[in-house]
Amino acid sequence: MATSEVAIKARGVFHRFGEEGEQRFVRALVDTSLDVAEGELLCLIGPSGCGKSTLLNIMGGLMAPSSGTVEVRGQLVRGPLPRDIAFVFQENSLFPWNTVIENIELGMVFQGVAKSERAARAAEALAAVGLKEFAQHYPAQLSGGMRQRAALARALSLKTPILLMDEPFGALDEQTRMILGEDLSVLLAESRKTIVFVTHSLGEAVFLADRVAVFSARPGSIKQVIVIDEPHPRRPEFVTSAKFTSLRNQLYGLLHDEIRKAVQQSSAGDTARTGIG
Amino acid sequence: MVDERTESHLPTLPRKRARAGRGASRLIQAGFLVGLVVIWYLAATRWGVNRLLLPNPVAVYDNLLDILRSGEFVGDLQTTLGELAAAFAISAAGGVTLGYVISRSRYWIVVFEPLFAAIYSIPIILFLPLFVLFFGLGPASKIALGAAISFFPIVINTIAGFGHVDPLFVRVARSMGASDYHLFRHVLLPAASPVILTGLRMGFTVALLSIIGSETLASLAGLGYHIVHLAEAMEMARMFAYIVFVIAIAVTLNAVVSRLEARGKRD
Repeated sequence: MATSEVAIKARGVFHRFGEEGEQRFVRALVDTSLDVAEGELLCLIGPSGCGKSTLLNIMGGLMAPSSGTVEVRGQLVRGPLPRDIAFVFQENSLFPWNTVIENIELGMVFQGVAKSERAARAAEALAAVGLKEFAQHYPAQLSGGMRQRAALARALSLKTPILLMDEPFGALDEQTRMILGEDLSVLLAESRKTIVFVTHSLGEAVFLADRVAVFSARPGSIKQVIVIDEPHPRRPEFVTSAKFTSLRNQLYGLLHDEIRKAVQQSSAGDTARTGIG
Repeated sequence: MVDERTESHLPTLPRKRARAGRGASRLIQAGFLVGLVVIWYLAATRWGVNRLLLPNPVAVYDNLLDILRSGEFVGDLQTTLGELAAAFAISAAGGVTLGYVISRSRYWIVVFEPLFAAIYSIPIILFLPLFVLFFGLGPASKIALGAAISFFPIVINTIAGFGHVDPLFVRVARSMGASDYHLFRHVLLPAASPVILTGLRMGFTVALLSIIGSETLASLAGLGYHIVHLAEAMEMARMFAYIVFVIAIAVTLNAVVSRLEARGKRD
């Protein structure tokens, strides 16, 4: 942790979808409180449907919590905060009718960056993610990994102090994901941004995070927070170290029971719906 | 990074083969049309089909040249194209505006989408007598009918275009601070425009068909009217020449509109 200043403060956040008694009623988040320090990279990890993406969206003002509050740098979150927070979504979040460079500049148009500044910032962000030669390509002409690099460039060009990433590499293959993770670690170590990163991958969480918040199965809340005490940028060798393995195993132990619970929940739900049980 | 490049714009060979295939299919299409004309010619000259029913294509060709040279078609063409322009302007403006308004609410989409689809499937041309009663035999009834018929494909496609924009795109734009205007200009409009352009092209085509069709049934001027007038005067070769002329106009207009649609989708 770079400083002890709190960037994001979530207090007693509950979230449910639908109304009680309805079939689609889901208690997504229960009494979740969390502090994210300035400059730290916090990973949210947990079984599918545990509410980690919901919490991320609530932190970023894209969803209103059913109850509870989130403060970002001391101000209460009531809607999107484009000057403070940039998002990287799971996949296909680039506008397919715009080229890569147009996509990046459009983000700055929305954010209100002066026209004279946009081109330079877009070029800088593209270079940072290694996509300089693909500025004029359309998203459909890029691989999944390149699209996510472009989405990351768009988020970086917004120059927000906070980056919220919702399983940004979730749809990629293992190798692409590993390379992107290494590049991201280098990039983010330089940028000193505050980052919250939702992931399914234990390895990704240990490799990238300063702290990992482990979610329980639905209704989700934070079960435990683990500190990954290793300087940034992380080296590829870190992955093969004993420390990495033991942290990963510790996470696995915490997660395993919750994933079992989540699977049982969803199969119980299926039988209830089909009326077999 | 190069290894991450997708294959989509690498291979050139299949594209070349596709171009050769398109050339062959064009040849077959042209051959089919030539074949029809040959059968027409044989039927009129060798197989003894009555000249009052089927004129000699050579006579039709001579008449066509005469029509083009004399310029006698100008008045009727102006009438028909004027009706088409007015009808399409009304249905395009009305259909796109109403479609956008409806698309802003899930509820209105659920109410109106099936309703318009149902109306679209009935032959509105059946109401021509009613249109004539209301708007008279002049251009007004053709404009009203053409606008009514072409309104439905336009409004249906506009609702579909604006109503089914990926919600992720809206979330992405909002997260970066997009205003309502930004959202419309940079997200909703580009996402919806391919579907809307298709609706406009379909609307244009059915407006043209219904206007020429209704001119043949109840009117005082226009290309459709002129064709029926010649049929009643038993001037079959000239009537056929006019039909060929109208077909050429229709094909040209549709080609222009399709070209505009394709260009609109590319931008």
